[in-house]
Amino acid sequence: MYGSSRWWVLAAISFALILFLCPFVLAFTNAIRTPEDYGTWGPLAFPRSFDLTALKTFWNNVDFTQKLINSTIISASTAVIAVLLSLLNAYAFGVGRVKGSKYMLTILLVGIMIPHESLVYPIYYLSKAVGLFDTIWSVIIVFSVLQSAFGTYLLSSVMTAFPREIIEAAEMDGATPWKILWTIVVPMLMPTLAVLATFFFIWTWNEFLLPLVLLVSNFNQTVSVSMGVLNGQFVQTPTTTAAAALLGIAPTLIFFLIFQRTLTRGIAVGAVK
Amino acid sequence: MSGASSDAQPGRVYWFYLIPGMLGFVTIILVPFVMNLMISFTTWKGIGIPKFAGLRNYERLLTDDTFWHSLVNTAAFVFAMAIIPTAIGVLLAALLFDYISSRFSNALASFFRAGFYLPQILPVSAAGILWGWMLNPFGIVNAMLDATGLGSLKQNWLGEPQLALWAIMVVMVWLQLGYCLVVFMSGLARVDPSLQEAAELDGAAWLPRFWTITVPLLKPEIFVVGLTTTIAALKVFAPIFVLTSGGPDNATMVPSQMSYHEFFATNRVGYGAAITTAQMLMTLVICFIFIRIQARHTENDR
Repeated sequence: MYGSSRWWVLAAISFALILFLCPFVLAFTNAIRTPEDYGTWGPLAFPRSFDLTALKTFWNNVDFTQKLINSTIISASTAVIAVLLSLLNAYAFGVGRVKGSKYMLTILLVGIMIPHESLVYPIYYLSKAVGLFDTIWSVIIVFSVLQSAFGTYLLSSVMTAFPREIIEAAEMDGATPWKILWTIVVPMLMPTLAVLATFFFIWTWNEFLLPLVLLVSNFNQTVSVSMGVLNGQFVQTPTTTAAAALLGIAPTLIFFLIFQRTLTRGIAVGAVK
Repeated sequence: MSGASSDAQPGRVYWFYLIPGMLGFVTIILVPFVMNLMISFTTWKGIGIPKFAGLRNYERLLTDDTFWHSLVNTAAFVFAMAIIPTAIGVLLAALLFDYISSRFSNALASFFRAGFYLPQILPVSAAGILWGWMLNPFGIVNAMLDATGLGSLKQNWLGEPQLALWAIMVVMVWLQLGYCLVVFMSGLARVDPSLQEAAELDGAAWLPRFWTITVPLLKPEIFVVGLTTTIAALKVFAPIFVLTSGGPDNATMVPSQMSYHEFFATNRVGYGAAITTAQMLMTLVICFIFIRIQARHTENDR
């Protein structure tokens, strides 16, 4: 019933994907070869040497271990705090149905849409005023709140649809709202909360502008910021630049392999709310 | 209902749960937002007392060629980040859904989806390093041209004012496509497959089916993707900062890069705040327009 056209479509899409992903492959093949190999055969050739000097040079020059630690602490703390904040807010809105929920959710929506640019200078100034400037805590606090705006919005609709009979039954048994939240609502929403936390983790990991402004000292920077401030430092040694790119993208590649399903599905859930 | 659930006013106790979130919202979003707005009416170097300047920053903004140029570039990025990826995304999603998924396997379609999605999860700054390395005069792109015998087309992609904007636009399409694709594919999964099958049995060719069935069905997703990617285009920063910092000759300048420069390089904080306020106004106006159009369309569909 199907003609040969399906094979042409498959071939065309495969070719497009190969072209699309070749930057990743090329970053890899060029990061693990010697500069001489690169110079002689050019960046497209299959590496004839195997050499981790470029990776090591870059790793040590930017103290990549420290960057990984910073990014991990910041992203993990933010994910946990932001999910907690979203959960508490959404519980009050969706289950508690507090007065004015609708207005507050609309205000929150504006909070989601505001470009970070129009908050950046005051946040920079305030963080200096309270002594949190150039500490990872400034970034954790700021992103916990910014991410929770989206989280609250998403979770509120889930909580509004939460079966009321279950809650009413628990209330009859004399359970307090606090107890209902932790023994009934949270366990039932665990999958959603996990997706949300995964997203918060990766979004925070990739954030650039605010961490760039708030974390000025080399020691406190994240992986993402350290990439941005490289700016042609290694132009003379293209293999080191390839190594930099490879190390910059490697952690998120690993997350992607772990969370591929969650991410590709979750983004759609988040988008088409 | 019994008396057990009548324990005082049930709605009131839940206010307690909003306290941490509200405190955060006020200190991290509301106060900075109001501060930024107030700063935009002053001249201020970031230290000392801001001097009230009325609308002077905004007057200056309207006559600032760099700002207008950055808006033209923003329009180019709306094209590269919203319109083109949406168009390619719809087509690719339909191909993956119709051909690969139904005629090969779902797993293969998921594999392609994941592959095209990959750039979306990178730190944009790392993607910037990667592309900066590929686009430099001795980089991959020129090497590829050499290898295919098109060596005469070699360029300094990010160094020439006429080329830099186009080069970054290509990078943005690469970054954004996966997001559009994933949303559209999940939209297609929601659609009743019998509709397509019926049309196919009636002998409708692929392209007419695409226009008359697939695209109209994806309308809600196209709206959402259009809105979110347009907002993203209005505040694009990291790829510009990493690749060109707005140069050469302001050829790739965008409002975010401009305000960053005013805030942290020239210390004209009041002027920077005016730029970000203008940017925010544009974002809100566009959201408003999108939501109005969407509301009208859903009404027509009823």
